[in-house]
Amino acid sequence: MSVLAYIESPGGHIKKIGFEVATYASKLAVSLNTTSVAIVIGKAENAGSLGQYGITKVIHINPNDDVSFDSQLYTKIVSDLYKEHGANTLVMAHSANGKSFAGRLAIRLNAGCVSGVNALPSVENGFLVSKSVYSGKATATYNISTPDRVITVMGNSIQPEKIGNDVTPDLVNIDLGSPKVKVTEIKVEAGGVPLPEAELVVSAGRGMKGPENWGIVEDLANALGAATACSRPVADADWRPHHEHVGQTGVAIRPNLYIAIGISGAIQHLAGVNNSKVIVVINKDPEAPFFKAADYGVVGDLFDVVPRLTEAIKKFKNQ
Amino acid sequence: MNILVCISKTPDTTSKISFKSDDTEYNSDGVTFIMNPYDEWYALVRALEITEQMGGSVTVINVGPASNDIIIRKALAIGATDAVRVDIDAQDAFVVANNIAAHAKSKNYDMIFLGKETIDYNGSEVGAMVAELLDWPYASYVSQLDVNGNISTITRELEGSEEVSQIEGSFVLSAAKGLAEQRIPNMKGIMMAKSKPLVVVPASDTVARVAVVKYAIPPAKSGVKLIDQDNMDELVRALHEDAKVI
Ligand SMILES: Cc1cc2nc3c(=O)[nH]c(=O)nc-3n(C[C@H](O)[C@H](O)[C@H](O)COP(=O)(O)OP(=O)(O)OC[C@H]3O[C@@H](n4cnc5c(N)ncnc54)[C@H](O)[C@@H]3O)c2cc1C
Ligand SMILES: Nc1ncnc2c1ncn2[C@@H]1O[C@H](COP(=O)(O)O)[C@@H](O)[C@H]1O
Repeated sequence: MSVLAYIESPGGHIKKIGFEVATYASKLAVSLNTTSVAIVIGKAENAGSLGQYGITKVIHINPNDDVSFDSQLYTKIVSDLYKEHGANTLVMAHSANGKSFAGRLAIRLNAGCVSGVNALPSVENGFLVSKSVYSGKATATYNISTPDRVITVMGNSIQPEKIGNDVTPDLVNIDLGSPKVKVTEIKVEAGGVPLPEAELVVSAGRGMKGPENWGIVEDLANALGAATACSRPVADADWRPHHEHVGQTGVAIRPNLYIAIGISGAIQHLAGVNNSKVIVVINKDPEAPFFKAADYGVVGDLFDVVPRLTEAIKKFKNQ
Repeated sequence: MNILVCISKTPDTTSKISFKSDDTEYNSDGVTFIMNPYDEWYALVRALEITEQMGGSVTVINVGPASNDIIIRKALAIGATDAVRVDIDAQDAFVVANNIAAHAKSKNYDMIFLGKETIDYNGSEVGAMVAELLDWPYASYVSQLDVNGNISTITRELEGSEEVSQIEGSFVLSAAKGLAEQRIPNMKGIMMAKSKPLVVVPASDTVARVAVVKYAIPPAKSGVKLIDQDNMDELVRALHEDAKVI
């Protein structure tokens, strides 16, 4: 018996969400009295570091290849290893690729599936996991009644925790055959941290008046080391790229800090951000609905307030 | 080209959320339901565009009770050819996927489109499950699709990147923003929808594998702390010392 973790390595590198999944799997393994095994597919120079997060064994498939994502190929690799290791729970990231084969694996393994869980399960009485539902307005606790389970973990739900040392991965080379989805091009968006993984996010809305004014938002984000986001009308008007759009119809995020600048706080916007730990709202209208969802609020003209905040952050960082 | 489009029903986001039966059941009293936006705006419209260009038909399927007919009629009004409803109030994604796959196996669809997720539970599970049950490739989070004979070129939206790929033959697709532009049904569409076929079929006897045992509403924020706009040092101090996020 074991807990199996599938860890992704986009661009040949395991990122924070990968260490979160590793931490989740190793903690779950402890509560189930078993060990955790991680699978990494394709290039990942830091695969051995998964051991630091409590993973007992790392299986690294085709470590020298760029293995592009195909849900059928990945399902075969992961389900074969799941069976080989007699696992009963599979843990993976609630990421675009993770979600693209979690359901497939659930069918292949006759497993119950809950996606987007936000905390470790309780295993005393059944297998209870919780997730945020209805645009963050409620939490649902699920029981998975099958002996096998597949769960995907929402980013920023668990703090990566170093409790062990690097391990030497088992290197395995397999014949990948010819995947049915043939990737021809990957366009990496410019900019630092991808939004779903960012711990600090600076976001701006229609209050900015136009794309030419975004310099002050970027300055604040740079001072903080934050990712940038925007409201939907801003992305729709092409003031900002689409991948920055957060909310019900965009990306859902849960950073530690979300700073909303010139955003009114419509329910569809809140749907994507109200799981943030701390929300700061900067708006000139004291009646803006966003203040109701905020922890800290500044009533004022963003064109004055934002540069002042950037200066204060810089001063703080230099101390 | 015959395309099956899977449509689901969700509460409008602005609805007030409450629960009943000791917080084990969603309370739908007084809630306005809509067709899931990803299904309606992107999956359905792109399917219509493709069949308008290449010929063929668009069938919509919903797994759900008779009260879902309202969204099915809307899909027909937007332009779908015909509709199927599998008559069961499905409790999990597995039951939904099994019923969709069972129907698909009995017909001859070239492609199956879904939304990338429902906006109430954000599961993103059904598409991958249907693809596995049919042993078809799965193109998820698709923001662009071009069909050229038997070869389809797709663009997928990932975290911080876009991936372009090609698939030969049939596949399951989940639709993301950008795939198409929303269409508003017109009067003629609404009138025609009334006479389009909606076939109700019994469900397969699949047993749900997961179930919600409890809902909870998170405690409200304790209230916003207002900070004077001339004192940004105080905001930085609070974020560092009190909230401990920077
Ligand atoms: C089905 C559906 C789905 C949707 N999905 C999303 C979604 O995913 N994400 C999303 O964001 N929206 C979504 N929307 C749109 C949403 O309802 C709002 O219309 C949108 O979020 C408003 O964007 P905004 O706050 O940038 O603009 P506005 O509502 O116009 O707000 C601008 C704010 O800026 C403030 N402001 C103006 N000038 C200044 C200044 N100089 N200094 C300080 N403050 C200033 C104003 O007081 C105002 O509060 C959706 C809508 C629908 C119907
Ligand atoms: N009851 C249902 N009937 C038909 N299609 C559904 C149903 N539930 C979900 N779907 C489809 O599956 C997609 C993803 O749903 P989910 O996996 O539940 O997030 C939706 O966007 C729909 O296209």
